[in-house]
Amino acid sequence: MNQFLAMVKARTMEFVRDRGTFFWNLLFPLILVFGFSFVFSGNQDKIFKVGLLGDVPQSSQYSFLELEQAEFIPYDLEQIDRETVVQKLRMHQLDMLLDFDKNSYYINDQSANGKILRMLLQNPQYNQMALQEKEVSGKAIRYVDWLVPGVIGMNMLFSCMFGVGFVIVRYRKNGVLKRLKATPVSAFSFVSAQMASRFFIVLLTSMVVFAGTNIFLKFMMLGSYWNLILITALAILCMISLGLIFASRFKSEELASGVLNLLNFPMIIFSGVFFSLEGTPPLMQKIARFFPLTHFIEGARAIMLEGAGFVQILPNLITLAAMTLLFLVTASLLFQWD
Amino acid sequence: MQVEGLHKSYGALKAVDGIDLEIPRGSCFGLLGPNGAGKTTTIEMMEGIVKADDGRILFKGKPIGGDFKKKVGIQFQNTALPEFITVKETLELFSSFYPHPRPMDELIELCSLLDILNQDNRKLSGGQRQRMLLALAIIPKPEMLFLDEPTTGLDPQARRNFWKLIEGVKAEDTSILLTTHYMDEAQLLCDYIAIMDKGKVLECDTPQKLLEKHFKGVLIRLPHDGDERELPQGAVITGGNLEMQTVDLDASLKKLLSSSYDLTGMTIDKPNLEDLFIKLTGSSLRT
Ligand SMILES: Nc1ncnc2c1ncn2[C@@H]1O[C@H](COP(=O)(O)OP(=O)(O)OP(=O)(O)O)[C@@H](O)[C@H]1O
Ligand SMILES: [Mg+2]
Repeated sequence: MNQFLAMVKARTMEFVRDRGTFFWNLLFPLILVFGFSFVFSGNQDKIFKVGLLGDVPQSSQYSFLELEQAEFIPYDLEQIDRETVVQKLRMHQLDMLLDFDKNSYYINDQSANGKILRMLLQNPQYNQMALQEKEVSGKAIRYVDWLVPGVIGMNMLFSCMFGVGFVIVRYRKNGVLKRLKATPVSAFSFVSAQMASRFFIVLLTSMVVFAGTNIFLKFMMLGSYWNLILITALAILCMISLGLIFASRFKSEELASGVLNLLNFPMIIFSGVFFSLEGTPPLMQKIARFFPLTHFIEGARAIMLEGAGFVQILPNLITLAAMTLLFLVTASLLFQWD
Repeated sequence: MQVEGLHKSYGALKAVDGIDLEIPRGSCFGLLGPNGAGKTTTIEMMEGIVKADDGRILFKGKPIGGDFKKKVGIQFQNTALPEFITVKETLELFSSFYPHPRPMDELIELCSLLDILNQDNRKLSGGQRQRMLLALAIIPKPEMLFLDEPTTGLDPQARRNFWKLIEGVKAEDTSILLTTHYMDEAQLLCDYIAIMDKGKVLECDTPQKLLEKHFKGVLIRLPHDGDERELPQGAVITGGNLEMQTVDLDASLKKLLSSSYDLTGMTIDKPNLEDLFIKLTGSSLRT
């Protein structure tokens, strides 16, 4: 057998036969996805959200604005364009949008809240300025639709960083690497075999987790599955390469796992796994651009929730590819058997 | 294989302090020495695993490197194996690393691995593990075989099997560098022996010549009663024994009797490597 394939096989068997790790890798993301979808399934937003555009009149001139059950959110057209705000309506982040510039109001025909608000506006007593109705369409995005790329991405991150970073450090510490160094195997073929094995494991578990939770939760999927697989594959490569940098020198597992965690947690928090980065401090958003996870989550959400195609996610793909290259070169310059 | 002026220091500690060795092709070379003498350090420098501070390491007249690793078999003193895979899978893995690996059946036969083929690497007994590590070392049909304490932890039977195996490997014209703490093993297997201590080679020659050089005649050994009386000429106390080396057995025995020693428990031996080892390294044997 070819040495590369033999090493891929050995590493994969090690993973599959290590029952604890294997099931944890599958179970952890499943628990998270189901857990969050349960926790956030209750309809907490009893209050209506209404966006305002243009010159907002006094509420005495337009009594709809006195509605106590609604939260009114004014947008400044100098800072945000109209289409972006309409998009929020499509994505059910708003229930209605009043556009005083265009003398019209928008509702989403898929939104029950929107229809209730429309009934109010059909009453001239509330709609003194006689805004005209415009309809947009868009299915409601549940929190879990939004969350699932983040959770799977987070699991990919852990699995890549530890499955490569930590495991190679363990090999170095217990002497497996020394034994391999005594054979004609090159560091390059050893490392690429580790990468390949981890790549298929993580890609497969990610797909299984997605498909498994999708049966019950029926995620919104507007884009193409091929693009989703493409960005997932690239992100996995990128995260493995990042893990390799830490695998290249460390001799102690404790040190390795400490450093890996130190890096993973900020990445998870700043990459927008659990909450949107919109509205966070600009510095934080800038830092987040350096994390592979950010680009994966951004791209995957765009594909699933906005139906983004290849061209729209291309910037994310290019960034991930560039990072992968950078990490790989760094890791190969640093790598030492012992 | 040949090394010249090999040096290695760890901080202030000179682990290997100027070593020259020559291992003729097809011979078995024994490297002996007490714990911490620098055997493992020496052998690992020759394997190309540890970088030497100074000195030359030549294989077939050329510095090691290039194809060297394809031609050597290595068994480390301490080594770990990939986890969660079986003996058979490990052998297959390592076989894939070499251009012309030894056939699996031959390996299994040579190292008696049949019973443990499907056992997880982590669940091997000490001796089974040693057999497995040896199998890994001989996969490449090496021209040069490095064995660092290959028989430590083996039962007497397994040790004898191992000796047979080594004879077989030697018959393939393989040169062997062996470290061991068993002097009987060294005497039996090795064509040449180097005894080292504190990073230096003290003596190096064939076992026969070494013994002839250091010991004339026979060795009388008797339990020492702890009396403070004056020792007969030529006698020394080591390890609770009185030892006396002599070419004239008659005269020596008379001397002992005249000093009214109790000869119960006396043995008369030809000195062996163990005696030489202790004489040279001055410390008792530690395995
Ligand atoms: N990596 C290392 N770092 C620091 N000191 C080391 C290292 N390796 C070996 N030494 C020291 O070098 C000396 C020689 O060690 P070495 O392992 O070569 O001895 P040895 O002859 O093989 O002993 P043993 O019979 O116990 O296997 C020892 O004093 C040891 O403590
Ligand atoms: Mg040693």
